[in-house]
Amino acid sequence: MADSLIEVRDLERTFTVRRRTGGLRRRATTVHAVHDLSFDVPAGEMVGYIGPNGAGKSTTVKMLTGILVPTGGHLRVGGLEPAVQRTELARRIGVVFGQRTTLWWDLPLRDSFELLRKIYRIPEPTFRANLDRFVELLDLGDLLYTPVRQLSLGQRMRGDITAALLHDPEILYLDEPTIGLDVISKGRLREFLRALNAENGTTLMLTTHDLQDIEALCDRVIVIDHGTTVFDGPLAELHRQGGSTRTLVVDLVDEAEPISVPGAEVRRVEGPRQWLAFPADASAAPIVSAVAASYDVADLSIQEPDIEEVIRELYARG
Amino acid sequence: MTAYGDITWLWVRAAWVYPGSFVMLVVGSMLINGLDFVGLWIMFANIDHLGGFGLREVALLYGASGIGIGIADTLIGSVERIGTYVRTGRLDQMLTKPVPLLVQVCADQFTLRRLGRITQAAVVFAWAAPVVDWTLLRVLVAVVMMASATVIFFALFVGFSCIQFWTTDASEFANGFTYGGNTVTQYPLTVFPREVLVSLTFVLPIAFVNWYPCLYLLGRDDPFGMPAWLQFCSPVAAVVSMALALLAWRTGVRHYTSTGS
Repeated sequence: MADSLIEVRDLERTFTVRRRTGGLRRRATTVHAVHDLSFDVPAGEMVGYIGPNGAGKSTTVKMLTGILVPTGGHLRVGGLEPAVQRTELARRIGVVFGQRTTLWWDLPLRDSFELLRKIYRIPEPTFRANLDRFVELLDLGDLLYTPVRQLSLGQRMRGDITAALLHDPEILYLDEPTIGLDVISKGRLREFLRALNAENGTTLMLTTHDLQDIEALCDRVIVIDHGTTVFDGPLAELHRQGGSTRTLVVDLVDEAEPISVPGAEVRRVEGPRQWLAFPADASAAPIVSAVAASYDVADLSIQEPDIEEVIRELYARG
Repeated sequence: MTAYGDITWLWVRAAWVYPGSFVMLVVGSMLINGLDFVGLWIMFANIDHLGGFGLREVALLYGASGIGIGIADTLIGSVERIGTYVRTGRLDQMLTKPVPLLVQVCADQFTLRRLGRITQAAVVFAWAAPVVDWTLLRVLVAVVMMASATVIFFALFVGFSCIQFWTTDASEFANGFTYGGNTVTQYPLTVFPREVLVSLTFVLPIAFVNWYPCLYLLGRDDPFGMPAWLQFCSPVAAVVSMALALLAWRTGVRHYTSTGS
């Protein structure tokens, strides 16, 4: 694929870790954080990059952005070699690390943005247009003159995303963008990212633990574990291969025998509460109506499959 | 360089949001540094000479190095904090920006607080100035001395801060050389044994900050019998130490980008 924006071939990254082996002796061991990793991302795609903790997600993103130097393999982003042409690449990418802010803690948002305008040498009209647009879309109007340290997590995240986009990057890397946000903020953020991709053609690479982020945004999922790709394809395919299930939690008015409805099976019963599993790619609607038609239901909720479980299943099935 | 100017200007403007606290900081630092010199003054109430140098001569040394470290500390003082930047992930953020890392680190949280230090040192220097028999060449040497002093402290700050790329808690160690070096330059080096002078010439070039050029300004022979041409070598020492510091910085950043987290 010659037209790939991101090109990863047999990428390697090892770390030397010194461990104490009793007393003052230390032994150096080599850890493969990323091993034999290959994938391509064409321009304009929205890719979910997922995997359990310590799978090598951050290490990959750090190599893609030029923060870390690969120890082997081939890596090109927009035709550039990230670690070598780091500052050149920086003008073309935006990075948001969920738990860390790129904003200046003591400065009001507006000043941080102004500083970024200068750092990226963004032409004044572009800057103004982008700022107005993001302020409106992300509802930042009232917050522009508040020092960053006084912002809530969700407000700060919106500020960070604006900061990463002011210079019209071709690629936006998002690391856990919705972590700690409430449901409404999550929804709005996803909507914003979708619009950004549709209107600007911005390529999105998203690392997350939240499968709903992926569901709402990504046509494609790359699953990485032990530093290498274990799955690369559409989300529905991942669910099918992983045989993942969603769970309908039913609170009945009274205790009852295990519920029997087509398409779902009871996994657990605890007093009036029952857990019904059904395939993740099936609709919950017919099951909910079947349950509601035959039983006295006090409350219902649906649990999404979690990523660790899907990956465990993926392995179990070989 | 424009990026440096833009970032620092923003911090100055941000500080002006609270002009009261800014003025207090500057005045406070001026007072503390003023007391510092009063200590020397009191010492001279009891003695006429320190290591063979009179009060005004010592004041000349004191003022010259104070101006140098004051300017260097103002321009790049934040570089001491790279250990914190590494720990908090701020350095990763900076690495994703299209401006050289050293520029970003030095300009971050720029403050004019040290103006107090520079002013105080300049006042002391001006007070001491009449002790010099000024000629055109001596004026030139004085100007070059201050520029070189700034660059040498600059290099010490950058060079020793680099250790924090390997061990993030080394800032105190670095302070020993930068601020420690400054303390040494506040006295005539004749109060130390010859070995100290030799190492401050060839190992850590702190003697070039003020000692050698001031000997020329005062028209004195070198009390240790070091060659007279060393009195003109401050710019050379500055360039060499800066080059070494930048090399250390590059190595440090490379080490960082290849170990990560």
